[in-house]
Formats: sequence, structure tokens, C-alpha cells
Amino acid sequence: MKQPTSLKNKIAIVGVGESEIGRVPHMTGLGLNAQACKRALDDAGLKVSDIDGLLTAYSFTEPYFMLGSVMCEYLGIQPRFNASMVVGGGSPAIMLKHAAEAIASGQAEVILVCAGENRATGQSRDAAVSTLLAVGHPYFEQPYGGSIPGYYAMIAQRHMYKYGTTREQMASVAVNTRANALLHPNAHMKKPISMDDVLSAKPIADPLGMLDCCLLSDAGGAFIVTSAERAKDLKCKPVYLQGIGEFHTHEHLMCAPSLTEFGATESGRVAYEMAGLGPKDIDVAQLYDCFSIVPIIELEELGFVKPGEGGAFFAEGRGRVGGDLPINTHGGMLSHAHAGAAGGLFGIVEAVRQLRGGLGERQVNGAEVALVHNEGGILSSHCTIILANDKG
Amino acid sequence: MENTLPKPVSNADSQPYWQGAREGKLLIRKCSACGQLHFMPRYLCPTCWSGDLEWVEASGKGSVHSYTIIRRASDPRFAHLVPYVVALVDLQEGPRMMANVLGENALETKIGDAVSLVFEDRGDGDQLPQFKRTSV
Repeated sequence: MKQPTSLKNKIAIVGVGESEIGRVPHMTGLGLNAQACKRALDDAGLKVSDIDGLLTAYSFTEPYFMLGSVMCEYLGIQPRFNASMVVGGGSPAIMLKHAAEAIASGQAEVILVCAGENRATGQSRDAAVSTLLAVGHPYFEQPYGGSIPGYYAMIAQRHMYKYGTTREQMASVAVNTRANALLHPNAHMKKPISMDDVLSAKPIADPLGMLDCCLLSDAGGAFIVTSAERAKDLKCKPVYLQGIGEFHTHEHLMCAPSLTEFGATESGRVAYEMAGLGPKDIDVAQLYDCFSIVPIIELEELGFVKPGEGGAFFAEGRGRVGGDLPINTHGGMLSHAHAGAAGGLFGIVEAVRQLRGGLGERQVNGAEVALVHNEGGILSSHCTIILANDKG
Repeated sequence: MENTLPKPVSNADSQPYWQGAREGKLLIRKCSACGQLHFMPRYLCPTCWSGDLEWVEASGKGSVHSYTIIRRASDPRFAHLVPYVVALVDLQEGPRMMANVLGENALETKIGDAVSLVFEDRGDGDQLPQFKRTSV
């Protein structure tokens, strides 16, 4: 198969922003996006007129169809490059890939990427449920009363069966992630949790309890992508794209080729190859964590540990700030925020911030190379990104 | 209560499947060109893209590939049933499908359990393929 044209060192992220996060009833979903966009623009030191492209994802809470066009209209911009990507939680990383390719081929120079929803306060519980139910196949899964946590729970059961991963190891993911979130000034969750709290939380779908499941937040996130050339004289130190790869195996769980092997191995392989780097070169990783089992699987698929060793890695505290490989240093979707596609986007925001440095207590010392993994659906769509603060 | 649960929705891809269920049969698609069986029913074979497909009746025997016990139903129509089991069942013929494991001992379901086909009445003659643990 033909390898993709390398984007290494051609593209930079030059601005990041996040909105108010948590329960933000005084703002709409579009407003949260706009606030994040404004903060990202200020961060980059760019003007609105510099933006000539916009990518966004989807919204479950507000009834807009062409969300990319809607976002441009709301922000008052008329870009020459625009789309709405609907690849679930994989969308933000995949949007970075499309933005990078568009810039590399001259279709745009400065692309704003944003996502977010008012998932905590912007919809009734019934509406939230019915839209989230749509993740199950309408004819061959939904009649059986499954749920998103239930589908991930089946993946967790199979991982436990095949590798001996334990309930406690999964709980340690939630505990570690919360510990990281406490170091982030804007994280949704501010209260420490113990192993006991996770194990005794309200059961949702065996083996997952409430604290193994991501939050529902009001939140928006944004980042600005441009060429490495254009990035040179901007306000912030640029963070350069080193490698990026995506892979897709299914949408519905019943059609997944395996419950223990997913597309992250292949998306990671492409990203590592483009970057000319491997797992040992990564200083900090932001791994999609909609449920506590997921970072365990991603850690294994991305080659940081052998298959079956992901649970022990978290249980030993090696993923905390100060550990071997700090993971989800902002608190991830389990503790920082989850609002549609913004959940994975915050992993990109945090990777950029870690590579710029100066984050105080949550700073990973000497962080030079970061990996971000986004996945969408039921581990269906995958995109892996490798970023660095130097062209190396 | 039972009739409040979602009923099968038939379309051009699946009409024979749901009609088969009404007649107590689990029908799956087999490709006449490459011989592969698949679930869910489609317009073409997802292995070789041949449109030459036939319906074959599954034996109704299978095993639990994975499962969960739903303690909190996302769909309010299922709330009165918690706790209940949702499973991925590997049919003896190969394809994998989702279903509930029903029966008195369903909550003791484990990966690898042998299961056999049963049908659940969803009203108006609509039948939903389901499984129960094969008694030991």
C-alpha cells in the first residue's frame, strides 16, 4: 500500500483554547465553541481575518445540520475550506489530519478546529438518552436494550477473560486520572476519589460502575493549525506535527472484527512511522478515556506495554504525573470534561500545553514529544497523533 | 409491559430475516460466490461484494463471546427489566450477533457458555431472536 505523504514538521498547532467547563447553563453549545475559538485565537496572537478554514464535528444537543457552516456563520467568518466531520470521538484528531493535509496542499493557510456541546445542561435527560442510543445499531442492537457503557463493558469482560485484567486495575485508571485532574485549574471534577469510591460506585453495566464512565459536561475546545513556516513569527512557541495516522474497522460492536484488537495498532503504526519515532520516545500521552478499560487497551495497542499489561501499568501508578509515562495529565474525559467531540479535542489541547511547558504541578518535566489518541464509536474509528516542541 | 419494548423494524435488507423470525427461524446470509456467511443482512457480501446471496437457516446453537449485565438501562423502555444480560453470541455457523440471554439463570452467564436460540414475542406476531443458556 502506498504510504501517505509525510506531514512531518510541515504543520504546527499555534493556538489552543478551552471554554468554561462543567455545568454552564448560561451558554449555548455554539457559545461554548465560540469562547474556545476566541481563546485559541488570542493564544495564537492571530486576527479573525487570518482564519481561512474551519473544521468542526457534530452536536447531539443543538439541532443544526451543517454544523461547519453554522459555526462559520455564528463566528462571522467566510472561509475557503470548511467541513463537519462525524467520526465520533475520533473526529478531533482526524480533523487535525484533514487540516494538515489542506494546509500542506495550499487549500488554506490558517484553519480553526473546534468542537463542543452543552451536554450537561443543554438537553433533557430523555433527549440525551435517545441521541446516545443511536450509537447502537437501530435494527440489530437497539432492540436488545444495550447502552454505550454496556458495549464497552462487553469489551472489558473480554479483556478480563483473555488477559486476566482486573476490576481494580480498571478502577485505578479512574483514580489516577482524577488525581491528574486535581492539578488542572479548569477540570470539571475537583474532588479526589479513592479505589473504594470507584469500586462501590453505582453499577452501570458489569463490570463498569459510574466512576468508570466519562462525564457529561458543558464544554468547548479549539485549536489553530497553520504551516510550520507561518508559525515561526507567531506569539506562542509552535508545536509541530510529527506523525498522524487513522484506521477504521467497524461501527457497531456486533461487527467488530475482534473485542481485544482494534484499529489503534494500525493508526499508531502509521503515526510512528511518519514521525520516525517509537513508544520509547514519547514523554506524555493523552489517550481517549470514555471508559476506564479504553486507555488500557490503547496503551497496549500503541506499543507502550505488551497486550494484557495495560491494567498493571495503571495500577502501579505509572500513568500519573511524575510516573514513567504520564497519561491524561488534564484529567481526561473521566475527570476533565466530556462534551461530544470536545472530549478528545482536549487531549490535543493538553498535549500542546505540555509541550510548551510551564504548567506548574502538572507539568511533565522535559516533555518534548507527546502522543494523542482519539477513538470514536465503540473503538471503531481511530486516529493517533505525535507532536513535538522542536523539529528534532 | 412486554409490548412497550422496541419492535423489530423491517427494511429491504432485512425483510426475510424478520419474516423468518415470525416463523421461528433464524435466517442468515450466505454468499453463493465465496461461501462466507455474514450478519447483519446486506445488499452484497461484505467479503467479496458479490450480490449473489442466499438465506440459510442457522442451527440456533452458539456460544457467548462476551456479555454484560445492564444495571442501568439507557433506554427507559428497558428500565423495568434491570438487571438483564446483553451478549454477543457466536453462532455455530460463524457469524456473531447481539442478543439478550434470557431465562432464570441468565445472570450467571459467563463467556464461553453454550446458548441456544429462543424467540421473544414483541407483540403483533413480531418475534425477536434471543438465546438462553443451554442447560447443563
